[in-house]
Amino acid sequence: MRSASGKIWIQYVTGICLVLAVAFACYSFRGVLEYKLTALLLLVTVSVLASIFRILPVLAASVLSALILNFFFIAPFRTFHISTAEDLLLFAMYFVIAPVNAVFTYKIRKTEKKAREKEEKEKTIRLYNTLLNSLSHELKTPISTIIGAADTLRENRAALTPGQTDELFGEIQQAGFRLSKQVANLLNMSRLESGFLELKKDWCEISELVHTVINRLSEEASAHTIHYQEQQDLPLFKIDMVLVEQAVSNIIANALQYTPAGSVITVFATHQENNCVITISDNGPGFPEDKLELVFEKFYRLPDSGTGGTGLGLSIAKGFIESHNGRIVLKNKSGGGAEFTLEIPAETSYINNLKHE
Amino acid sequence: MNKPEILIIDDEPQIRKLLEIALESSGYKVWQAASGKEGILMAANHPPELILLDLGLPDKGGQEILKELRLWYNRAIIILSVQNSEEDIVLALDNGATDYLSKPFRTGELLARIRSAMRRNQGEDQNTVITCGDLQIDLVARTVKKQAEIIRLTTTEYNLVAFFARNEGKVLTHRLLLKEIWGIGSQEETQYLRVFVAQLRKKIENDPHRPEHIITESGVGYRFN
Repeated sequence: MRSASGKIWIQYVTGICLVLAVAFACYSFRGVLEYKLTALLLLVTVSVLASIFRILPVLAASVLSALILNFFFIAPFRTFHISTAEDLLLFAMYFVIAPVNAVFTYKIRKTEKKAREKEEKEKTIRLYNTLLNSLSHELKTPISTIIGAADTLRENRAALTPGQTDELFGEIQQAGFRLSKQVANLLNMSRLESGFLELKKDWCEISELVHTVINRLSEEASAHTIHYQEQQDLPLFKIDMVLVEQAVSNIIANALQYTPAGSVITVFATHQENNCVITISDNGPGFPEDKLELVFEKFYRLPDSGTGGTGLGLSIAKGFIESHNGRIVLKNKSGGGAEFTLEIPAETSYINNLKHE
Repeated sequence: MNKPEILIIDDEPQIRKLLEIALESSGYKVWQAASGKEGILMAANHPPELILLDLGLPDKGGQEILKELRLWYNRAIIILSVQNSEEDIVLALDNGATDYLSKPFRTGELLARIRSAMRRNQGEDQNTVITCGDLQIDLVARTVKKQAEIIRLTTTEYNLVAFFARNEGKVLTHRLLLKEIWGIGSQEETQYLRVFVAQLRKKIENDPHRPEHIITESGVGYRFN
């Protein structure tokens, strides 16, 4: 309830004004409107106030409404005197029901708020647990590998064949790379979360950026084909190269990890209405339609996605593109496979032909 | 023959140990300092051939130590930094660092950088013909040959490649390149650099998309091999 946090005097004024307005309307129609009905209308007004305002302004409004009811609507008019026993009973009931109603409504609201807060807290705890689970798994596996391999190398040195020794060294190295990648992911995430991500924009040749990413991923991509459809005569774009490179890299790495061996990943870059647009598609199984939004949430991983990965790559990509005021659109292609479209608003420069300088 | 001496300034004992083993087994004599202050003292008492300086030292900022060292020490200083710190790297290079390595780095890379920096310690290369892989740059005739065939270059392209070649193996920041080739002081005009590097790659690289000579160092600059 946003009014609940507003300034308290505004609530007093609004409450009193609303009661006065309803009373005035009823007074204008007092020829057709019976005073019992007026009592009901005022009661409804107070209830409405109780459902949005704090308790004291509502009580003030309810007392005011009772006085107005007595003074203007219950005969004899314009006195606080009440002549018949029935009217006295009505007034007494009104005087009790209005504040009690206000208090109850307020209390229900408070309980609801508490329940909501509790639910949110639980959600945070769940998220935190998911984080810890996937993180500790992702970190512990390479750490165990390093410790185990080093132990074996030290203690069984004499018994190991040169081939086994080599293999163990290789395992230690791989584990190190994996740890390094996870730590980089976490650092990127915390950079995003801290809100201190400062863009360092510079002129960038997009095809150089794409080729850099493809070259860097060549080892992971040994079982896949990455195809870059290069468009000639693209302008230079002014972007933060390091961040965009990371975003493109994370999306391609995601495709490499979750599409079957032999899949083809296609990258295409173009210039559209002040946007640098990079499309990354694959011919893998695509994403479940109802999970298209969820996959960008941090630590979210598709239910059957197996081990490896913290669920951070795509959310980092999204964060980095959004920090450029851009967006990532994910859809499944009609012919199968996923398609990520990165739209990055960017200044452009067409200084292509300096060739004769 | 005397072994070339290297001073490591890093507060992490594990990293120092690792570097010590890697460097000693590669034929260097290693000195170690655990803090910036200690490092400066050791370098002053016994100037090494090369200093490996960790940028993230706790006592004084690595940049401060770098500046202090550069007041009198003119041999190679390679800085060790962490990922995502391109800004610090550029600053350190402006403050006189010879080169940089981002942790975690490969030992092979470390040794290559050290060799390249030590070569440059011998003083400016007096050769007028520089050979880099299949490229031959003749600074007197102002020609560039690829596999013995002359490549046609514009004046700016030649100036760029000649400057690259004279600083072979060294990372060159955008700012430095802009100043050297175009005399531009601001870092805003990098579009010229991008365009000329792309053109140059088309002429001197076997595959311009997998460059072997002009390597991009993201967020920092270029390195010519």
